[in-house]
Amino acid sequence: LKVINCCVWDPSGEIFELKAELNSDKKEKKKEAVKKVIASMTVGKDVSALFPDVVNCMQTDNLELKKLVYLYLMNYAKSQPDMAIMAVNTFVKDCEDPNPLIRALAVRTMGCIRVDKITEYLCEPLRKCLKDEDPYVRKTAAVCVAKLHDINAQLVEDQGFLDTLKDLISDSNPMVVANAVAALSEIAESHPNSNLLDLNPQTINKLLTALNECTEWGQIFILDCLANYMPCDDRESQSICERVTPRLSHANSAVVLSAVKVLMKFMEMLPKDLDYYGTLLKKLAPPLVTLLSAEAELQYVALRNINLIVQKRPEILKHEMKVFFVKYNDPIYVKLEKLDIMIRLASQANIAQVLAELKEYATEVDVDFVRKAVRAIGRCAIKVEQSAERCVSTLLDLIQTKVNYVVQEAIVVIKDIFRKYPNKYESVIATLCENLDSLDEPEARAAMIWIVGEYAERIDNADELLESFLEGFHDESAQVQLQLLTAIVKLFLKKPTETQELVQQVLSLATQDSDNPDLRDRGYIYWRLLSTDPVAAKEVVLAEKPLISEETDLIEPTLLEELICHIGTLASVYHKPPSAFVEGSRGVQHKRLPARAGSCLLYSPAASHFMGAGLGVAPAAMPASLGGAPAVGGGLGDLFDLGGGVGMPTGSYVAPKTVWLLAIKAKGLEISGTFARRGGIIQMDLSLTNKAMSVMTDFAVQFNRNSFGLAPAGPMQVLTPLSPNQTIDVSLPLSMSGPVMKMEPLNNLQVAVKNNIDVFYFSCQYPLSLLFVEDGRFYRQVFLATWKDIPNDSEAQFQIKDIHLNSDVASNKLQGSNIFTIAKRTVEGQDMLYQSIKLTNGIWVLAEMRIQTGNPNYTLSIKCRAPEVCQFVYQCYELVLKN
Amino acid sequence: MIGGLFIYNHKGEVLISRVYRDDIGRSVCLTGFTGRWRNAVDAFRVNVIHARQQVRSPVTNIARTSFFHVKRSNIWLAAVTKQNVNAAMVFEFLYKMCDVMTAYFGKISEENIKNNFVLIYELLDEILDFGYPQNSETGALKTFITQQGIKGQTKEEQSQITSQVTGQIGWRREGIKYRRNELFLDVLESVNLLMSPQGQVLSAHVSGRVMMKSYLSGMPECKFGMNDKIVIDKQGKGGTTDDPGKSGKQSIAIDDCTFHQCVRLSKFDSERSISFIPPDGEYELMRYRTTKDIILPFRVIPLVREVGRTKLEVKVVIKSNFKPSLLAQKIEVRIPTPLNTSGVQVICMKGKAKYKASENAIVWKIKRMAGMKESQISAEIELLPTNDKKKWARPPISMNFEVPFAPSGLKVRYLKVFESKLNYSDHDVIKWVRYIGRSGIYETRC
Repeated sequence: LKVINCCVWDPSGEIFELKAELNSDKKEKKKEAVKKVIASMTVGKDVSALFPDVVNCMQTDNLELKKLVYLYLMNYAKSQPDMAIMAVNTFVKDCEDPNPLIRALAVRTMGCIRVDKITEYLCEPLRKCLKDEDPYVRKTAAVCVAKLHDINAQLVEDQGFLDTLKDLISDSNPMVVANAVAALSEIAESHPNSNLLDLNPQTINKLLTALNECTEWGQIFILDCLANYMPCDDRESQSICERVTPRLSHANSAVVLSAVKVLMKFMEMLPKDLDYYGTLLKKLAPPLVTLLSAEAELQYVALRNINLIVQKRPEILKHEMKVFFVKYNDPIYVKLEKLDIMIRLASQANIAQVLAELKEYATEVDVDFVRKAVRAIGRCAIKVEQSAERCVSTLLDLIQTKVNYVVQEAIVVIKDIFRKYPNKYESVIATLCENLDSLDEPEARAAMIWIVGEYAERIDNADELLESFLEGFHDESAQVQLQLLTAIVKLFLKKPTETQELVQQVLSLATQDSDNPDLRDRGYIYWRLLSTDPVAAKEVVLAEKPLISEETDLIEPTLLEELICHIGTLASVYHKPPSAFVEGSRGVQHKRLPARAGSCLLYSPAASHFMGAGLGVAPAAMPASLGGAPAVGGGLGDLFDLGGGVGMPTGSYVAPKTVWLLAIKAKGLEISGTFARRGGIIQMDLSLTNKAMSVMTDFAVQFNRNSFGLAPAGPMQVLTPLSPNQTIDVSLPLSMSGPVMKMEPLNNLQVAVKNNIDVFYFSCQYPLSLLFVEDGRFYRQVFLATWKDIPNDSEAQFQIKDIHLNSDVASNKLQGSNIFTIAKRTVEGQDMLYQSIKLTNGIWVLAEMRIQTGNPNYTLSIKCRAPEVCQFVYQCYELVLKN
Repeated sequence: MIGGLFIYNHKGEVLISRVYRDDIGRSVCLTGFTGRWRNAVDAFRVNVIHARQQVRSPVTNIARTSFFHVKRSNIWLAAVTKQNVNAAMVFEFLYKMCDVMTAYFGKISEENIKNNFVLIYELLDEILDFGYPQNSETGALKTFITQQGIKGQTKEEQSQITSQVTGQIGWRREGIKYRRNELFLDVLESVNLLMSPQGQVLSAHVSGRVMMKSYLSGMPECKFGMNDKIVIDKQGKGGTTDDPGKSGKQSIAIDDCTFHQCVRLSKFDSERSISFIPPDGEYELMRYRTTKDIILPFRVIPLVREVGRTKLEVKVVIKSNFKPSLLAQKIEVRIPTPLNTSGVQVICMKGKAKYKASENAIVWKIKRMAGMKESQISAEIELLPTNDKKKWARPPISMNFEVPFAPSGLKVRYLKVFESKLNYSDHDVIKWVRYIGRSGIYETRC
């Protein structure tokens, strides 16, 4: 180290001078010197050479000087770990100081020093500070646990700090509670499966009480934490909502947005016919509007969030169009976002106003904004049919301005309008053609060419127009080339006599002189079609096109749901899931909205009804014998250390979709689907395909009674009409609250799907693993006793053939589907895995799987008080292990 | 949570840098202080401060690192993070940070920041711990971050500080004493209007603030009442046989309001009463917004005529629309002119009007104007002929003014003060109430 010190380049002798001042006897001089050091540090000078001299100043009763030295330490300790040890003694001493401000300062700073050797010394002082009599010290210590966890997670767990932190949730001081919640939430994020926060009605109650009393920042921590809770039923959900709504009047926008997040999430669980549901919807609008009078940066965050909220629940802000009108002096990022929301809210009722505004915006200065405004007019035309004509005439007015980018943008949107309303507005084509020369952007050129080709029979000089583009064919972008090729072929099919030469020219340009494979292929296809069968060519090229839908820019529903769970955060600003921009394990979990009503499966009436039929073991009886007694029998006891499971679960297996309903049996509607269990929520994933010629709308779904009371948890969300040849993927969340009737086979499900045409029925079978719950890990102490307790004649044996996995991989795979290996024993080269499963209705299934090294056939013994499920459990094993 | 906080001057030089999280700039780990943050700091400078374009977003993601920034005069404050933080909270914190700094040393300028950097570091250490915002009420902070060093604190004083910083009433300390108990209440409203050239109101709203300066002893409990329609209607039903039409006029419909953290929100939610223990000194008690029955103090009637390609004739009439006994002040009308303006002749009946070439506008100023009056300006604008195909965008005519009433119609009905422990009653408190209505964005398209 001495060598390094000598080598520091110090041309002005500044370091040397500071060194002398730091070692001065006078307190004031010392302090001034440390200030100078910090100033140098800030501008990026390397003053690490002064480490020992600065640390020497640490032992002082002057709080200000002490803070400065600590600041220096935080920055340089990592680069000088050996010397940093010198500071430990003072830290430890300061943690015992009679002044709480000094105790807190010491524990706060120690946590910021990321040197392993120091962290070891931190544990004892931290433990004391967590139980300090002064709340200021406790709230600082709570955050320090999070700091320590970031440096050394294992140490925090080993030292039991997490439990102490959990205790602080019941602290009498609201700020301590808030910081403990913040720290726990962050730690829990890096342990996705731990039950660290252990949110239950009691803790939630404590948090809601603290919410009323803590600082604005604390309220944010608590609300963000509350948003992760899944209420048991709609009553609990409502009572939490009631206690959160007053936060909507808080001056701090972040508090408001976090409250909105909680409400948006818990609202999912409320039945829509509940009075309170309507009240809540009404209460949400005013605070959202108020956010728009905040500072510009916050407005931006609010608008990005409102964009999501409007997509999820358009009814909240449907009357508030005016507040999204753009102000002349809004920053550009606010203007662009407002415009987006205006289009989303546009409806027949307000379209006149919206159009007048959009026209105004199209004359502004900022190019991006103007373009977006023009595009918005087009989108209005497509969205609100009654306004189409007015939109088109507005666009024509704008084209008359001859502003280059306005004209180009207008032509692009007019093309879409033609697609939506074919054969309605051709009268404008003449005006469009006048502007042909000014188009220099590929998108606009392509759009224009498409229009000319599509309406070639009505444009007298269509051939001349297209020919003019052909001259510079090779300089055009691929998009324009493709359009030109198609347009000329269309022209040829419509006016074959005059355009033979032209079509030959374009075909040879596309196939012989181009190195773009797409273009070549398209060229060849046209060429062969035209030369073999012109009638077929006509049918292909001039086929009726499917209608375009109005909402092409909606966020995909599952992403939208996830983003709603992240209201207020960066994810909601970027409109991307956290995993897209956060490194490492944090935020990788995908959050989901709760299912509507009755998602508390275990206690749902259906479940108890099923159990009442004499099946299953009461779930509550199981964990009762938790005691420390080692497991009875054989060599089992010492092998039972598998509890934590091996590695990360791989996630449950989802079978590929199979066709459930054939199009020929359902007037053109084809349905294929599969089932999945994602994060405790059961979903039916459907693909609806329209193979008929007309548009399908008004989809709805219903289930017949079935063995486990499966029922749709909400209506099927098919938002847009299904055009011919279009496929929509829908995820239907299921609940277990439906009526129960034993089916044959047990996992059979009869489904009725309705659309505007008819009602169709089909039946499908779901894998039983759909019903395996996440907390199905059996307590190992009672496993054996229960195993013995179930009579042998309820035991079923199966062979699983042709599996080439070792026992660890197998149990890992099974765990992904909530089949938990709770013990493993190896006897004479044979692995025995003991496993437990719990079904949503509380039935326990115990299993023993024998794997012989080198033998690809496993033996599976299953015991269950409801023996009829064994067969289906075995099927799940096979399904999971083989995929 | 927030990983680091930086303050830059307009050149992009770092004035303050405080790193809370190790993940910021972890990819480049050189020696010591500089290496740790150099990366993030430079990324922001290059991509935002030195970017040629105007700012396209207050949140920027550069190399998987998110930067939040706000600008105060020519100083940039940036918060940096690598996590999915609460974005609204980060901005609220940055504003708060500005408030705290202003409360300690006045204007946020490069010089002030350089002169107070030790204090800023001390504050940053206190109000942001590991990136979590902590109590940032200046009232509380000033009790123990003083820059004079805390000397000779007694044990009681110390525990009083800590209990205040962490306590339920973090915004007020105990033991405040005044010889005269006084209260100043300002209702500040800004009225916003967007009007079409034909005089149709496209949108209008009032955003108001109730600002309070309280100099009260002890821990007083206050109750604030205004002519909120919901409250008045409720009381009306209670029994008094007031003429319903009359009470309707006197009350106003508030679209939404937000409160300082001292107000008990659950009480407002259930009873719609505003009760609180006030901070000492100046603070903003509430903000509100109204859209119904707004008194628009001025009406602007524009008339623009294009005479050929090189001349514009503009005539603007303003009408004041309030009681004749009241006086509006600081009236300013801004009439935009095209970019190719070569000369302007103005005639106005009242006040002074000037063409300001640098601002591309005619600015017409009137010192005072009584209610129910009318005034007019006419101007001839000569234009240089141009080849520019793009039409002039005709920005709206904007207006500024100040009037001595609340355009929303809000009235303060009472402000009661209760302090049970000390020996003063509501009657002993001297209360001052003032209404000021100002123009927000008050525009008429032409």
